[in-house]
Amino acid sequence: MIAIDFFYLLVGLLFAATAVMNLRDRGNPRRFTTALFWGLYALVYLAGERLPPLAAGLLMVAMALVAGVKLVAPGRAQAVPEAARRASAARLGHRLLLPALAIPVVTMLGSTLLKDVSIDLGTFVEPLLDPKNLTLVSMGCGAIAALALACAITRATPLQGVREARRLIDAMGWAVVLPHMLAVLGLLFSEAGVGKAVAHVTTSYIAMDSRLVACAAFCIGMALFTVVMGNGFAAFPVIAGGVGIPVLVGVYHANPAVMAAIGMFSAYCGTLMTPMAANFNVVPAALLELPDKNAVIKAQLPTALPLLGANIVLLYFLM
Amino acid sequence: MDTAANLWPLLGILVVVAGFLLRTNPVLVVIAACAVTGLAAAFSPAHILESLGSAFLKTRNLPLILLLPLAAIGLLERAGLKEHAQAGIARIRSATTGRLLTVYLLVRELAAAFGLTSLGGHPNMVRPLIAPMAEAAAEARVGTLSEALRHRIRAMSAATDNVGLFFGEDVFVAFGAIVLMQTILRAEGLEVDPLHMALWGIPTAVTAFVIHAWNLRRLDRRISREHLLRERELRR
Repeated sequence: MIAIDFFYLLVGLLFAATAVMNLRDRGNPRRFTTALFWGLYALVYLAGERLPPLAAGLLMVAMALVAGVKLVAPGRAQAVPEAARRASAARLGHRLLLPALAIPVVTMLGSTLLKDVSIDLGTFVEPLLDPKNLTLVSMGCGAIAALALACAITRATPLQGVREARRLIDAMGWAVVLPHMLAVLGLLFSEAGVGKAVAHVTTSYIAMDSRLVACAAFCIGMALFTVVMGNGFAAFPVIAGGVGIPVLVGVYHANPAVMAAIGMFSAYCGTLMTPMAANFNVVPAALLELPDKNAVIKAQLPTALPLLGANIVLLYFLM
Repeated sequence: MDTAANLWPLLGILVVVAGFLLRTNPVLVVIAACAVTGLAAAFSPAHILESLGSAFLKTRNLPLILLLPLAAIGLLERAGLKEHAQAGIARIRSATTGRLLTVYLLVRELAAAFGLTSLGGHPNMVRPLIAPMAEAAAEARVGTLSEALRHRIRAMSAATDNVGLFFGEDVFVAFGAIVLMQTILRAEGLEVDPLHMALWGIPTAVTAFVIHAWNLRRLDRRISREHLLRERELRR
């Protein structure tokens, strides 16, 4: 079975390579601490569950401190000059698009057609792709297929691919780990009962004696709570349980399907507005080499805010 | 603590808000918020570290989506994928940044609505293809772009991918959010058909498309304004 552990191993090796390449890069002003940062992250993937939780926690704090005091820097990039890239683009033409398209195509094939395929060796039967992580595993296979195609088309070695990956990881820096650490914060929030506390505050202090106020409180509450938690899935149970079900459905007899659908979309308006949703908002800013890490959020505000208003109106008339 | 909720963990939220407002490094903000939340919930330091550690290991599948395509995308960039995409879009005379991104928004939203969420994404579509094409379409009209405008176009490319994904995927019945909503409503004693939830999402999905497409038209107008200013300066 192709399990997710295989891809953890690959990512661990990729981070280990990033650490080693930075350590040997004299052009990096912070090469030792940068190597330490990526080396620690490699350990998370290579050792995985074998790490005791306490050690993993200390490791996470150490990584955050190294990154937080700006000791993680990009190395010297060996960029190909633009003229050479243009010449190569003219020579290879549309063939360059094939590997890029291989990722979505293989992901879709894996998560639909190959879903129920299993390996049958007489006594030994198991699914081909890890059913619990089907999409991720399919995407990993797509990434490997894309790398193989890219190597074949550009006549480069997989090692060159690792060097290019290191260049991109270096350019993003600590933004790579931010979504991961925010997910940890989200889990700690729920363990500490932050959701319950927010629900308690919203339901105790907002008077919902008019239908429109109730609709607005529900939609804005969803968006605000998502802004804080960075994830609509964390907001939905809290606000639907605190306002949606008791007030909208209980008092104003809303159709639960409308309440749920528009509630979740209001949460997504919040996702568009928050740095806490780092993988959607902060990582792309780093990936596109934007100096302002909030540039993507600023570009999304003119869509998110009117849409939140539209949601309140839609909910008022449709429920 | 049995009937009244413990409100102290809300301090963690306060730390997050203050940290982002003061523009402290987000990674430090997260660690500080973890410490404050844990202490406010009366966890011991060892308990906090253990919770962080097991959560850190449990969620390590999250960054895979970003990391796995990087080697292939990096190689393609080195071989001129961006330049190829830019040359292609510059040949289409009617292409503007706004129109290009509107088409991408439509494709992304419809594909996501049919469950094809992997058709897109920041590392494998936006960085190598969509953002360079959006920039090239503007350059074909204006010539060289100012840095501010170039960054705005890139940010809008990333934003378009997000809007298309978010408001498309929730219209798909088998999407995780629909399953989550159904589970939560069932726990509260409400039985709701997933198909109805998906269908009632459509009005918002359409509104999201209209609002964002309008914002993309505004981007086009900003690009032409820059063009006019540039020409006026040249004439002087």
